[in-house]
Amino acid sequence: MKKVRIILATVFLIGITWLFLDFTGTAHTWLGWMAKLQFLPAVLALNVGVIIGLVTITLVLGRLYCSVICPLGILQDVFAWFGKKAKKNRYTYSKAKNWLRYGMLALFVALMVLGLAGVATLIAPYSAFGRIAESLLQPLWMWGNNVLAMLAERADSYAFYSVDVWMKSLPVLVIAVVTVVVLFVLAWRGGRTYCNTICPVGTVLGFVSRFSLLKIRVDEQKCIKCGLCTKNCKASCIDYKNMKVDYSRCVDCFDCIGKCKKGALSYGVNSVNRATKPNDANGVDESRRELLTTTAVALGAVALEAQAKKVDGGLAVIEDKQVPKRGTKVVPPGALSIKNLEDHCTGCQLCVSKCPNDVLRPSTDLMHLMQPEMSFERGYCRPECTACGDVCPTGAIRPISKEEKTAIKIGHAVLVRKNCVAVTTDDGCGLCATKCPAGAIMMTTVEYEGKSVYAPVVDEEKCIGCGTCEHLCPARPFAAIYVEGHEVHGEV
Amino acid sequence: MDRREFIKKLGLGSAAVGTAAVVGCKGGSQEEVGHSLQDVPKGQMTLRENHNSGDKVSILGYGCMRWPTKKGKDGNEEMDQEQINRLIDTALEYGVNYFDTSPVYCQGQSERATGIALSRHPRESYYIATKMSNFSPDTQSKEASIAMYKNSLKELQTDYLDYMLLHSVGGSMEDYQQRFVDNGILDYLMEERKAGRIRNLGFSFHGQQSVFDAMMELHDTVHWDFVQIQMNYLDWFHANEMNSFNVDASYLYDELTKRDIPVVIMEPLLGGRLSKVNGSVLRMLKAKEPDRTAASWAFRYCGSYPNVLTALSGMTYMEHLVDNLHSFCPLKPLTDEERSYLEDDVANEILKYPTIPCTACQYCMPCPYGLDIPGIFAHYNKCINEGLMPSSTQDPDYQKLRKAFLVGYDRSVPKLRQANHCIECCRCLEHCPQKIEIPNEMHKIDEYVEKLKQGLEL
Repeated sequence: MKKVRIILATVFLIGITWLFLDFTGTAHTWLGWMAKLQFLPAVLALNVGVIIGLVTITLVLGRLYCSVICPLGILQDVFAWFGKKAKKNRYTYSKAKNWLRYGMLALFVALMVLGLAGVATLIAPYSAFGRIAESLLQPLWMWGNNVLAMLAERADSYAFYSVDVWMKSLPVLVIAVVTVVVLFVLAWRGGRTYCNTICPVGTVLGFVSRFSLLKIRVDEQKCIKCGLCTKNCKASCIDYKNMKVDYSRCVDCFDCIGKCKKGALSYGVNSVNRATKPNDANGVDESRRELLTTTAVALGAVALEAQAKKVDGGLAVIEDKQVPKRGTKVVPPGALSIKNLEDHCTGCQLCVSKCPNDVLRPSTDLMHLMQPEMSFERGYCRPECTACGDVCPTGAIRPISKEEKTAIKIGHAVLVRKNCVAVTTDDGCGLCATKCPAGAIMMTTVEYEGKSVYAPVVDEEKCIGCGTCEHLCPARPFAAIYVEGHEVHGEV
Repeated sequence: MDRREFIKKLGLGSAAVGTAAVVGCKGGSQEEVGHSLQDVPKGQMTLRENHNSGDKVSILGYGCMRWPTKKGKDGNEEMDQEQINRLIDTALEYGVNYFDTSPVYCQGQSERATGIALSRHPRESYYIATKMSNFSPDTQSKEASIAMYKNSLKELQTDYLDYMLLHSVGGSMEDYQQRFVDNGILDYLMEERKAGRIRNLGFSFHGQQSVFDAMMELHDTVHWDFVQIQMNYLDWFHANEMNSFNVDASYLYDELTKRDIPVVIMEPLLGGRLSKVNGSVLRMLKAKEPDRTAASWAFRYCGSYPNVLTALSGMTYMEHLVDNLHSFCPLKPLTDEERSYLEDDVANEILKYPTIPCTACQYCMPCPYGLDIPGIFAHYNKCINEGLMPSSTQDPDYQKLRKAFLVGYDRSVPKLRQANHCIECCRCLEHCPQKIEIPNEMHKIDEYVEKLKQGLEL
């Protein structure tokens, strides 16, 4: 049974990790269901089928979810496995800290209801794992890929292609690092401490699993109270002295069954007696290290020249664009409204890691920390892409078709005429008007500071807020045209 | 020409090549051809005499606008002086004695690098050519232009120039007037010639026939010692057809020969378009000389004209130099039959591929809006030449070709330097010696890219 658990857990951990790491868009087709199966996203998406399914599984089998489906739980098992290598029989029984568990759950629910999902999801398991995978693992993965791409390039192969690795948000990176460190320490020392004291999902499922049909049973006749099970229970839920198991904390790892030398423990329907024990093992993944990275874009600079002559060759230096101040943030088409996104989003970063155009990044706004928002310094929301809606497991971003997307207004473009190259130079720029996929920008003669200038104007009715103009605008560091978000997404 | 038509022509083209190859087989050369430097005989370089000065100039001239670069300590590209020294040493050793540079080449670094390498050899063992490159209005006053000339002498570490050119005449006579006549710089250079500090005075030409004719009329008063023109087997009959601003090389060469003015050839390879050729073209060439490169044909073609003083080649790497030495040590001139094979059959085959006639000369660079213009054209042309352009979404290889095109595009040109960032300021237009309508081409390429990205019908 333990082997089955480990195999299933391995499959899930690798699958979900892959889902976050993959940037080619192929993983989602095959593995998207793994994210949809997660408890909290399912609750937020009001995915009744999944919720009923998970509750039923827990009622029948116990908190198997925590050992097999939850990627953060499995990750902790991996950490604990290293801990176990260092020292055997490391755990002890402790009483359930119910006030803390239920307190955390109550706080979590209260924050969600108050619309402070960003803060609440700091402790949500799936989101925490997402942040770790997105901000710590994906960069490593991409760098590895880029090395392969470099080699492939030499061989003129197109099997690998280079991708940009950039830090989307410093706070999220910091949070991810802190989460990993805290979890590592907790898991190393106490196994599933997080799951049984902090995790809101664990608390809910723990409550349900008290009544589960199948449980770890202790045969009091066989038990000699050696305490081996307790010392190997990562959930600290076996009280060997009283031969009792706290089923609200047992995560069905089955480690205890194998540890018991007297065969006093079993997993079944009928009460034989009671007791359980722990230990864990797992065979996946790599350990993590912190890494702080900023993408330094190396640009070829033009050699200095004493004479003012025009020389041949070289590349002009391209100044990095800066994020403009927006009155209202821009959220992806499919979000329906900013409210809908904020209510449903767990900040798992799956959409952020999937955005092929580098548009989505986690918000640094404290109230909505880590929820996705859009900006266009590195790319724009391209018409053929619907990745974020396709992957979102919580319904914060609904799946839409390419055709629907062309008609969804997520914002509208606003001109900053004093930066506009059509106004400040004689170069006759009209790039935004030429490239606007909605045909919402036109060039016309307008009065500006007492002069007649031939400059772009926006048809706010037609504009869908895709950010093509903002991205392509040659004005730097601030684009002369930027997108203001809409609170509720309308239709053209 | 739309894609569909293009593919159709491609099909016909391959069929035509098939026949040509079969017929061509009987003429295949059987002699062993060496490929390494050791196989090049020393002292065999073909020389041409310049009747104006008596110079014995090697038929292969070194073009110094494509010197190799390397990453410097500060991360920027800088001239790879070590390699440049090696190339120049080898070239001199095997008889190349004409070096053509300009104050603007290689971001303004070419003269210095060339000067450093050459000054390690006796001054009388080589000829230096450089140019009056006063393109920027800031450098067009007499003082600024003279300063540019004096600076060339300094950078090249010499007190006389063998060949001096008015750089890139041909846009209009007004431009010529403004750059060289009104400011008196032409008179000044003629004085320098009289004083012996300039041994030959000429001009390089890109542009319209009317300007060329006007320049020829000036020959009686100025006396051009030589003229540098763009000549190769594609431009011989087709330059005007490819762009109505340009003149067929056959016309230019004949007019110069009529006046007994020696001809220096630039762009014998059209910036690599005659060396990196499409497979069907390569087959036509290999059918005749299976062991020689496509480039060797283009060079031998140029050398086969008796009034050619030297053909310039911008040899960045040793293998370019070695290949060219094989072609010219000594030159085996083409037969009339071979020459017309290139001018007609091969040229027509090349013209079937609608590549953009960019020679990567970099005159348009740096683009003020950051685009990598030659890089974009290079990728586009490569895909056309290699038949990697999907012609329709129904193409059985559409997905594969689409990916190859887009991934290759991102690989060869950083995203912020791609065609979609062209704002059509048109500042590049006046710099392009090939008179390519760059903004227009950028727009077309981006439209094609967008269709690929969005999966729209092409």
